[in-house]
This record gives sequence, structure tokens and C-alpha cells, in this order.
Amino acid sequence: MSDSPTTPSPESPRTDPAPGVDPILDAGTYTTLREPRASGRLALDGAWHQISPKYVVSQTLQNVAAIVITVAVWLVIGLFTDQWWHSIAAGIIVGITLFAQIVLPRQARALGYMLRADDLVFRRGILWQRMVAVPYGRMQLIDITHGPLDRAFGISKLKMVTAAATSGVEIPGLALGASEALRDTLIEVAETRRTGL
Amino acid sequence: MSTPQAPAAPLAGGGTSSLADGVWHRLHPLTPLFQGGLVLIIVAGVVISNFRDHAIFWAISIFAPSEAGELVSAPEDEWVGFLVENNLIVVGLLVVLAILVILIGIFWMIWRFHQFRISDDEVEVRKGIVFRSHRRAPLDRVQGVNLTRPFPMRLIGMAKLEVLGAGTGANVDLEYLSTTKAEEVRADILRLASGARAAREAARDAAEGIVRPPHERLVDSLSHGVTGLIEGVDHQDVAPESVVHIPAGRLIGAYLLDGIWWIVGFGVLWVGSVLVPLLIAGDEPGWGGISLAIGLGAGVPMAFAVVAIMWAQISKSLRYAIAPTPDGIRVTFGLLTTVTETLPPGRIYAVEVSQSLLWRPFGWWTIRINRMSGKSAEQQASGSAQQFNTVLPVGTRADVERVLALLLPGVPVEHGPLMWEDGLLGPTTGAVDPYKTMAPRAWWRRPFSWKRHGFALTGEALMFRRGMVWRKLAVYPLARLQAVSVQQGPIDRLQRVAAAQVHTVVGPVSGHVVGLDRDDAIELLQRVSAAAVAAARADQTHRWSQHGAPSAAAGAPLAPSTRSAPVAPAAPEGLG
Repeated sequence: MSDSPTTPSPESPRTDPAPGVDPILDAGTYTTLREPRASGRLALDGAWHQISPKYVVSQTLQNVAAIVITVAVWLVIGLFTDQWWHSIAAGIIVGITLFAQIVLPRQARALGYMLRADDLVFRRGILWQRMVAVPYGRMQLIDITHGPLDRAFGISKLKMVTAAATSGVEIPGLALGASEALRDTLIEVAETRRTGL
Repeated sequence: MSTPQAPAAPLAGGGTSSLADGVWHRLHPLTPLFQGGLVLIIVAGVVISNFRDHAIFWAISIFAPSEAGELVSAPEDEWVGFLVENNLIVVGLLVVLAILVILIGIFWMIWRFHQFRISDDEVEVRKGIVFRSHRRAPLDRVQGVNLTRPFPMRLIGMAKLEVLGAGTGANVDLEYLSTTKAEEVRADILRLASGARAAREAARDAAEGIVRPPHERLVDSLSHGVTGLIEGVDHQDVAPESVVHIPAGRLIGAYLLDGIWWIVGFGVLWVGSVLVPLLIAGDEPGWGGISLAIGLGAGVPMAFAVVAIMWAQISKSLRYAIAPTPDGIRVTFGLLTTVTETLPPGRIYAVEVSQSLLWRPFGWWTIRINRMSGKSAEQQASGSAQQFNTVLPVGTRADVERVLALLLPGVPVEHGPLMWEDGLLGPTTGAVDPYKTMAPRAWWRRPFSWKRHGFALTGEALMFRRGMVWRKLAVYPLARLQAVSVQQGPIDRLQRVAAAQVHTVVGPVSGHVVGLDRDDAIELLQRVSAAAVAAARADQTHRWSQHGAPSAAAGAPLAPSTRSAPVAPAAPEGLG
């Protein structure tokens, strides 16, 4: 399948095994990255790892739940009180959630990360693209979180914390095995490149 | 000062002062007086205001009993009168005394329970009686040590020591210590943090202090405080002299130019407030006097405000000194309240040299830095905190060059032209610009400075050149760069440009550049991480004295304790 049998080892490949598919990180993920079509887009050579499609399912359920709860609260207030302003709040909440739901599948396909020789690159967004490169030695800690719904689908969110508050690398929708493998790899590599803060 | 057993104890931890020995110590015994001073003053105020009339009456009736009835009548108030009538004065006095004793007892207890300990790897503070808190900060994560001598405390030789940690709210404050102790503790903390264990072992034997009785020390420190106020703070532990001398005239001039808009604004306001009524009510007789009164009434407070604002800024920057020490750069400033900051090497995340338009004719520059100060962005925005981020309030080119050499020891001298001729003074016409600037088609994003706006990447640092009217050059040492990102919105994409951002710790130096050519931005993203990792390998300032010999293999794992340390070194366990 790939020339690196275990988890990706960013130590060795200066020549990042470009189209290499990793058995753990790429198990059951999207296979093609959704990018803007314009030629002026940000593009980086190399193999992007993507996230699991289950993330979309899990998020969809959460959005549906949010809408249901909002509507329920709206109904209760409307039936038992003589208010009208709550319709505005409910409308705004439902509108935002619906919009998030519409762009969700596209956004999920645009999320990706790449393990390079010296850093991890994380990308997200289509209309507003963002790529951030975090050198391995700068990671202060790595958080893996998964809520009840995420757990039901076997996915988790990995967050990298650096000394800068703004770097903000949060990779949602990683399969549990993938996030743990990624965390172990990152910590292992960080050990060898650690400096002060 | 110290626990009874401390002075004679051997210096187990190996510090030079008697405080860095891994034993619990207390703060200066006068600390409760200053921390609880306000409450005592209030109590005294209540007592005195209640008894003033009585005291006057008694005094007069004792010395001039015949006139007592005529001059002042016996004051009428309820509970004092009640006490006097029922012969309960003694009881009343006892109650007051008891309150005072209880208060003093509480302050004394607070002081008793407020202890600190400096061991080989950590500085710890524990305090609180009911809600105990215990804070522990690893020394190898110390970001700096500030020694503040607030004005009244300076007179009796007390100082506040602030150990800066890496996380928000992670600072350890030792408030207050006697100035000499504080200087010793600072030296010890920095020495322990530097990892200079061998040097410390050797120095251990040298320090045998003579313990003198407390009253002698108090008198001594009082005279020291007064001398210090007159002569300036004596840097007994700093051999090197300040590399920069800022004449007071330049400082005042610079701040006046900086505050010119305040002055102009107040002036306009004043003229308006005087002229408008004059124009409305024309030339009625007697109006001149009234307008004069209005003018003075409005003008005097405004003048006071302007002077106060100016003075607050200037007095903080007077008597400025910056000097290299073995444990980092020492910055001292302040006329009445003196602050001494020590910045260990490798704790500076970004440096920015800037010049406002009005300063340009004089060739003045200012230097600000980003560092971990344990304060959030909001806290850093306050005036007094901004002072801590300003390393050089105002200086000439020569001053700036000397200070930059101290702040960025890793950036070689050959980069001088890159920073000055090309960086601060802008692209020279005709020459090749080493900076990658904005794409000309994106000029409208920065209509004035688009020819300057850009970046340059060297082996040691990333430099951002920005601003035409307000010239700025930001230098980010690669060894401490946290991350780089590029962003592109839909309009950017149409123009084939992208914005880039450098991520460092929060501070006054921002890390944004916009409108870079797409390929330049991608190249930045590609190259900066490799350069950052290489620079971090070469950088040994983290434990700056441990790597005495440069033979330490590049890339070798650093001190083991650095691996497991979390980002926030302090772990408060409760409320104080």
C-alpha cells in the first residue's frame, strides 16, 4: 500500500512520499480535496490527509438537534406567553444553522493536513482559504476531544496548542485510530525538535 | 525575612543568597503594613473624625477651663456621648484597641502564611489561611524577572519581585522584599534558570553573609532608600554600563511630538469654548471679564490634563538604562517608581523598530518587543503594561543599533543593511530590493506603503517591513517563531495574491502582511518551517549558560526537564 508501513514518519522523508497513502491516517477518509477552481488559489504540493465523512453525518445530526431544540423552545414561548421578539432570535439561530449545514459537506472536503519534513500544514476553507504551518518543535501540547455523538461515530477532534494564541490548528473528524496515531507521531517528532517555548 | 532556622542553614540548593536554599521563607515583615495599610488608615480616620471635636474640647477645657464653655460647646454625638456619660471611655478604647489588635493579627497571620521557596528547579509560593493556594513555577520556563520599586516603598528599601511565567496569569509575585534581598533572589532565580549548575556550586561557598539585627537593617535600608532616590538606583550587581543614554530633552521632545495631537485637540476645544460664546454674545459691556473667566476656567484644567498625561509618560521613561548582564538584558526606567526588567536571552519573540512621521526630522526611533509577560492582550493594552513592552522609548540610529545587537544576538551584523538601508529607510530607488513586497496590482490595499509592505527571510530571522508614514520594521527570530499561515479570500484569489501572518506570543508587534503575490506567500510557507527548525537547533539560549561549550551537538535533545514541562508553569490550587 505504502512505503511507510506504520504511521507516517516525518523524520525520514525530506522527499515526502508524495502520493503515499497511509494505512492508518487515510483509512476511510475522503480521497479528493475540494479546492477553489480559480487558478489564483493557494496550492501546495504534497499529499494531503483528509478527514472522515462520518464528521459530516455527526455534524448534521448535531445541527438537526439544534434546530429541533430551537423550534421547540420557540413553540413553547409562543404558546405560553404573549411575546413576539423570540421569533427573531429563533429565526437567526435556525438561519445560521441551516447555512452551516449547507456548506458543511463542502467544508469537510476542504479540510486537510500534511506532514512535511519540518512541520505540519493544516488547511481549511474554500472561499476563504487558510493554510497554517506549525514547526514540529513548537507544539506545547496536543488535545484530543470527542463528544458523545463523535464517540458514537468513532471520530474525534485533535487540537494543537502552541505558545501563540492565534495559530489555531484544530482538526475535526479524525477517526479515533488516526487521531491517536497522529498525536503519537507528533509528540515523538516534537521530542527530537523541542526547544524552549 | 526568613524563618528562624534559615540564616544558619547551609545552602542546600546551592544558591548564593540565603533565600535560594529550598527552605520556606517569608516576605519582608513590613509587608502587612503596606498591604493592610489602607484598612488601618480607614479605621484611624473613623476614630479621629469621631474624636476630633472631643479632643479639641478636652484640650481647651484642660488648658483654659474658663473659656471652654464660650469658645466651643461640648460636641453632641450619639455613641461617643453615650460612652462619656456612662463612664465607658475605657471600654470604648478597649474595643478600638481590640479591633486594631485583631486587624494587626490578621495581617500578621496573612504574612505568616505567605511563604516562598526557591529550589533548584522551581520557585514556589504558598499563601492564604482559609483558601490556601500553592503556586509552583518551573525555573527553566522563566520568561523574565521584574524588580519594581514603587515610590513610597523605595524610601524604606522595599521592592516587589515579579517572576514572569509563560502562561496567562502564570506570574509569581513576591511582594515585598527588601531591595538587597530582592536583588539576590533575582540573581539566584536567573542563575538557576540559566542552568549554570557548575558555576553555582562554585559560588556557593563564597556567600557567607553576616546577619545583623533588624533595627540596624531598617535604618540602613532607609538611608539607602533616600540615597537611591537622590542618586538613582545603584546597580551593585550590574557591572556593565548602559549602552544607551537618552538625554531628558530628547525624551520630553519625543513625547511632546507624540502627544501633539492631544495638545492640538485640547487647544481647539479651548479656543472653541472661549470663542463661541464671544461670537454669540458679541460686544456687550462687561463681556470681556466673563469670557476671560470662561477661558481660564476651561483652560486651566485642560492644561493640567495635558501636563499630567505628558508627565505620566515622561516620568516613567526618565532615567532609562539598558545594559547586558550575564543573565540577560537589564532594562531600568522610571523616575520615582523604578522598574528593573531582566530579559533572559531567548525570551524575545518579536522586535519592532518604528518611527512616526513627526520623529523623522530628528531621526528618532522606538523599539518595542513581544514577550511572554503572563498577561493577556487586554492587560497588555494598559499604559503601564505597554511600558514593559517598550525597550527603547526613543533613540537615535546608533542607539537602536546597539539595542538591537543586545536584543537579537542571533542575527548577524551582515544583516545591518537589510534592516536599515533596505528595511527601515525603505526601498532604495535603483537598487535591488531584498524584500518581497506586495504585488503592484494589489496596491489599493495599502495605497501609500505598497512599495514598502513586504517580508524578507534570512537564516536567522523573518523581517516584515511595513508603513510609509509610520515606518516599521518587525524582526521575528526564527528560533522562536510559533507558526506561519497564509490566507486568501475571494478578492485575493481574483488578483492572485494572499495575506500572510506570523504567529508569536501576544504583544504590541502584529504579524500581518497583505497582498503578497500568491507564489511569494506559498514560498514563505514552504521555507519558513525548515528555517525555523534549523534556527531552533542552532539556538542555545534556552538554558543559556548550560551550553558553555558550543560543542553541544546541534539537534541533540535538550535538558530532560524541558520536555515534560507544560505550557503554563504555574498550578494554582485554590484561591488566595
